[in-house]
Amino acid sequence: MAEDVKQVLLFGYGNPGRLDDGLGPALAEEVEKLSLPGVKVDSDYQLTVEDAAEVAKYEIVIFADASVNCAEPFEFKPLESKAELSFSSHSVEPGAVMALAEELFGCLAKCFILGIRGYEFNEFGERLSEKARANLLATVGFIENKIRTGNFD
Amino acid sequence: MSEKLRRVIIEPVTRVEGHGKVSILLDKENKVKQARLHIVEFRGFERFIKGRPFWEVPVLVQRLCGICPVSHHLAAAKAMDRIVGGEKLTPTAEKMRRLMHYGQFFQSHSLHFFHLVSPDLLFGFDADPAIRNVIGVAKKFPDLAVQGVMMRKFGQEVIKATAGKKIHGTGAIPGGVNKNLSIEERDFLLKDIDQMVVWARSALKIAKDYTVEHLEKLAPFGSFESNHMSIIRKDGAMDLYDGGLRAIDEDGNKIFDHVDNQLYTDYLIEEVRNWSYMKFPFIRSIGPENGWYRVGPLARINCCDFIDTPEAEAARKEFMAVTNNKPNNISMAYHWSRMIETLHSIEKIKQLLNDKDLQGNDLVVKGQRREHAVGIIEAPRGTLIHQYEVDENDQVVMANLIVSTTHNNEPMNRAVQKVANDHLSGVEITEGLLNHVEVAIRAYDPCLSCATHAMGKMPLTVELFDNEGNLLDRKSK
Repeated sequence: MAEDVKQVLLFGYGNPGRLDDGLGPALAEEVEKLSLPGVKVDSDYQLTVEDAAEVAKYEIVIFADASVNCAEPFEFKPLESKAELSFSSHSVEPGAVMALAEELFGCLAKCFILGIRGYEFNEFGERLSEKARANLLATVGFIENKIRTGNFD
Repeated sequence: MSEKLRRVIIEPVTRVEGHGKVSILLDKENKVKQARLHIVEFRGFERFIKGRPFWEVPVLVQRLCGICPVSHHLAAAKAMDRIVGGEKLTPTAEKMRRLMHYGQFFQSHSLHFFHLVSPDLLFGFDADPAIRNVIGVAKKFPDLAVQGVMMRKFGQEVIKATAGKKIHGTGAIPGGVNKNLSIEERDFLLKDIDQMVVWARSALKIAKDYTVEHLEKLAPFGSFESNHMSIIRKDGAMDLYDGGLRAIDEDGNKIFDHVDNQLYTDYLIEEVRNWSYMKFPFIRSIGPENGWYRVGPLARINCCDFIDTPEAEAARKEFMAVTNNKPNNISMAYHWSRMIETLHSIEKIKQLLNDKDLQGNDLVVKGQRREHAVGIIEAPRGTLIHQYEVDENDQVVMANLIVSTTHNNEPMNRAVQKVANDHLSGVEITEGLLNHVEVAIRAYDPCLSCATHAMGKMPLTVELFDNEGNLLDRKSK
């Protein structure tokens, strides 16, 4: 285990009522069970502007979401802050949350995006597809190792 | 963050979200013949809750939307109150639900205003999109941007205190609520309430000043005369939580008034059109051609006789004076009316937090069991109707939901048509046209998460077709 425990926020988002769209919250639930040192776990249906205030409190922030087209079983990448203007209040991208956190709250966190590959989205239902569940398990192992080693460079 | 990290371009992880598509059809002279907003409505939710026990419904329906889960929660709870014969709530239960509802209005309207609208108002709709966004606001007006974030956060805290948690709350149950407001929760919220009132006043001033100063430009923008509908209190006051249905025409004449929620299908009907998955509701007595109507902040201000909080009422009077106390049919006035409601909501929250009934312990009532019920509430974006049938085994056997975006379907199409007529020049989609279409749709703040779901990132796409249906141009943002 790394001696210097980094303060990490893992934010899983998506709608658990929309099949594999619930992968983000499902990951949050699994990571929460691990009780990793220095890790705060949060989840919501989607990102919103006030998440910027929370993000600014951490050294490492991981936005975890379902993806319809990333490589299997998951992709983990650094995130770049990004200005955006949507036509709907129903979507705020992680890059925009990061940009707000930097602009408004002096955020210095390293932010990452973790896409977990999902397959079934277009129905209501509170379950994950089999392949998505397998991808989730692989992701949990990866994140646990990442956080325990503290290697985010 | 290091320079190395900044250079990496990351496509957003895809969201399951709604999207908007606008198609514009030209005639032989390349004038706009027809413009349509296509929203792919997903109606599977009604099937999803069939067979579920009725008491689960107020929690399940929050899956419909991450931005307005409280509205669905309360509309379903109101319907289930009738199922258990408990529609006459205890004072503590009704006030707890109202507090939750005003918290929802406060956060939702604040989010819309600061995140989506303030860039247009502060930089102008024609400004470079690279600047005209919430980050641009954060850079140039950081205090204002922080206000927006903190107002949204405060509304969420109200929801957490009343619903039990920030998301997927369980506060409202059939016949009442499952908790009161503790003294600690009350004091936590009271600590910031005066600051929130100050910020709500300031946001209202921005919206009002902008609208008044630019009235000549805004008045025709995506505007048209229309009917308006909302629920209304018995004495004619604006009531966002409960009341009978009122509809007025473009001149303010009443089409129907104080309609019992249970009888809404006698007054409203939904039409299916072959080009849209989303239905088009209209007033039965007028018919589909002219019976469509607007809902939401503009309609509510137009429909009510007064607002029962002093500062919002003063603001309503100023608003109505612009159109000589006749209904305001200016689409861009939605923003001003939304901020009047924001101030009203925080005034109401302040009143409620000082009401000792919130610490009461009489939380639930029950009476004669029913099998059919309708719950109607004013959600931030407009009237929200939940209708259910529950069998003798307590299972839901029928559900029908009409969300505010569905009520506003025809008006949004009209707004897009008007903007396309006024701003299309030539046979290509310019950045200006795209911006104007976006601004017109944004005035209504369509709730795409509950009205639609589609795979991939949510774009606004505009397509232009010639008179033979050939695609001439396509742009997304």
